[in-house]
Amino acid sequence: MTEYLLLRHRNRGEENIADLDTYLSLGGFQAYEKVVTTMTPEEVIDMIKASGLRGRGGAGFPTGVKWSFLADRYPRYVVANSDESEPGTFKDREIMEHNPFQFLEGLMICAYAAKAEVAYNYCRGEFWELTQVLESKVQQLNDRGLLGDRVFDTDYSLQIYHHLGAGAYICGEESALLESIEGKLGQPRLKPPFPADRGLYQLPTVVNNTETLTNVPLIISRGPEWYQSIGTEKSCGPKIMCLSGHAKHPGNYETPLGITFRELIFDLAGGVRDDKKLKAIMPSGASAPILSASDEVLDTPLTYEDIPKIGSQLGSASIILLDETVDISWAVLKTMKFFEHESCGKCTPCREGTYWMYHLLDRINSDKAEQVDVDLLGEVAQQVVGKCLCPLGDFATSAVFSGIELFQADFDLHIPNAVSDADDSNTK
Amino acid sequence: MSSTIASQILRTRYSDEVKDILQRYPDDQKRSAVMPLLFLAQKEGLQATVSVMSEIAQILEISITQVASIVGFYTLYYAHPGGKNRIQICTDLPCALRGADDFADKVCEKLGVNIGETTEDGEFTVESVMCLAACDKAPMFQIQNGDGISYHERQTISDVQALIEQLSNSETNNSPKDAE
Ligand SMILES: Cc1cc2nc3c(=O)[nH]c(=O)nc-3n(C[C@H](O)[C@H](O)[C@H](O)COP(=O)(O)O)c2cc1C
Ligand code: SF4
Ligand code: FES
Repeated sequence: MTEYLLLRHRNRGEENIADLDTYLSLGGFQAYEKVVTTMTPEEVIDMIKASGLRGRGGAGFPTGVKWSFLADRYPRYVVANSDESEPGTFKDREIMEHNPFQFLEGLMICAYAAKAEVAYNYCRGEFWELTQVLESKVQQLNDRGLLGDRVFDTDYSLQIYHHLGAGAYICGEESALLESIEGKLGQPRLKPPFPADRGLYQLPTVVNNTETLTNVPLIISRGPEWYQSIGTEKSCGPKIMCLSGHAKHPGNYETPLGITFRELIFDLAGGVRDDKKLKAIMPSGASAPILSASDEVLDTPLTYEDIPKIGSQLGSASIILLDETVDISWAVLKTMKFFEHESCGKCTPCREGTYWMYHLLDRINSDKAEQVDVDLLGEVAQQVVGKCLCPLGDFATSAVFSGIELFQADFDLHIPNAVSDADDSNTK
Repeated sequence: MSSTIASQILRTRYSDEVKDILQRYPDDQKRSAVMPLLFLAQKEGLQATVSVMSEIAQILEISITQVASIVGFYTLYYAHPGGKNRIQICTDLPCALRGADDFADKVCEKLGVNIGETTEDGEFTVESVMCLAACDKAPMFQIQNGDGISYHERQTISDVQALIEQLSNSETNNSPKDAE
């Protein structure tokens, strides 16, 4: 089983590539120079399309295709989504800390392809110290003439600015993020129109995840065929898997897409902490259905196409492990606390639904509930799902539905005379 | 001071910083600068008081209500002063699976407060927060004070003890100043 080091620590990570001279000495910014001086924006977009790169921010949308959708209006903007707030996700931060220039180079190539002369990097407010470091890196690029007016003596000019969020998960949703840069409440917009048509300041905008952009220089310099040779046909390239919870060695693992849960957890991460039995896996943070750790699940490849077949999502690969000691009803309560806190309040089913589901789960976990409360929990979730403005509402129901379906015993434990094990003669 | 006259502090004391922030956005989109200006004010130890919000509203040519709604929506802005140092412990699921709830209880015990409360000397507020993108390094917390926000990962109670002593003794620029 291989672990790659292309995104977090280019070239085996022995040198300090956060240092500009080191990064340059390892071929850094040659991809950027190549596109700006020898390629048209359309050629760059075609190359990214050919690579099969898909967005690493959660939805897995083909990146080159997204870039080709830009409406024919100017100016245009490019925004890096470094909001990274999904529970269990901590990859973009490591990329920006250890390999900031490869990320910035990707952002710059994206800006060139989008014919944008201003790019923003939207970082969550908690990345305060990191953002100050990144701002100094951008300053270095300005000083070296890699950013600024007429780079490489061409007609192309580019500026990068940072914009800090201030503690709101929903600002990771791209339209809420754009509202936030505009100085408004971070609340999602109705779609369509999509950002490629009406994005920042109603102008055509590309929003891409930090990890997505960090792949771009590699594709330019090594070619789309090389990129396609990694991973599976529909899920190409390396991916950073964030492993947290009860892993023996939690952390970021960069592997080809398509390795299985088993390979990741047991071959790379040393298995489960204290060698306990693995009970459940949350493959996409708090947002996608919980899986029970069956052999079928463990042998499923981590790809955009395979995880839906077992009932969940790859998302941004924020994989949380739950061992046999975990009460799943408690884990569902924790996820609901998150969504109740993070609902932006714009639409009623999500705002009210997360509130009620949280309170029902709290009651269940304090052993004050009856079977009707568990039933009601499922009913509230039914009234939320599919009725919300943005995907957060649906996300909030994932753990509820899968938790009750797959781990009913954990809910029953809190209920006197739970239906599932009470026989008819027992009922009052 | 009883009136709610706009302060002048950002424009007088921090005019270079304000100028630098404004030039990041298009001239006709000044409102975009509201979040960075609030951070600038808070970094300098000012809470988002009415007079500070009025000044930001004047600089950006928007209403004070628009500024206030931003302060209300985003959790890293404060309309009311808390402790000089906000210890924000992540107790979200991945960290909780690695003992974060217990850890938070112990920090509270150490400081003699409950979650959400401030110590009597006004030095520390303990808060429980959602995922901070450091789940593999639990238990962890961030400290928000006049110097900004810093991460503290893989923490033990004795680490916290040492940090508390260090912060209590240090004369940082984080004492809440009054906006003039
Ligand atoms: C509630 C919610 C939260 C999201 N949070 C993030 C995030 O923190 N980072 C991110 O890159 N994308 C996040 N996304 C996805 C973005 O909306 C968007 O799809 C992504 O930034 C596109 O970039 P990509 O194509 O490179 O993945 C979130 C989406 C939703 C609905
Ligand atoms: S679904 Fe929730 S987070 Fe999304 S817009 Fe509605 S209230 Fe806001
Ligand atoms: S859950 Fe605590 S940092 Fe992610």
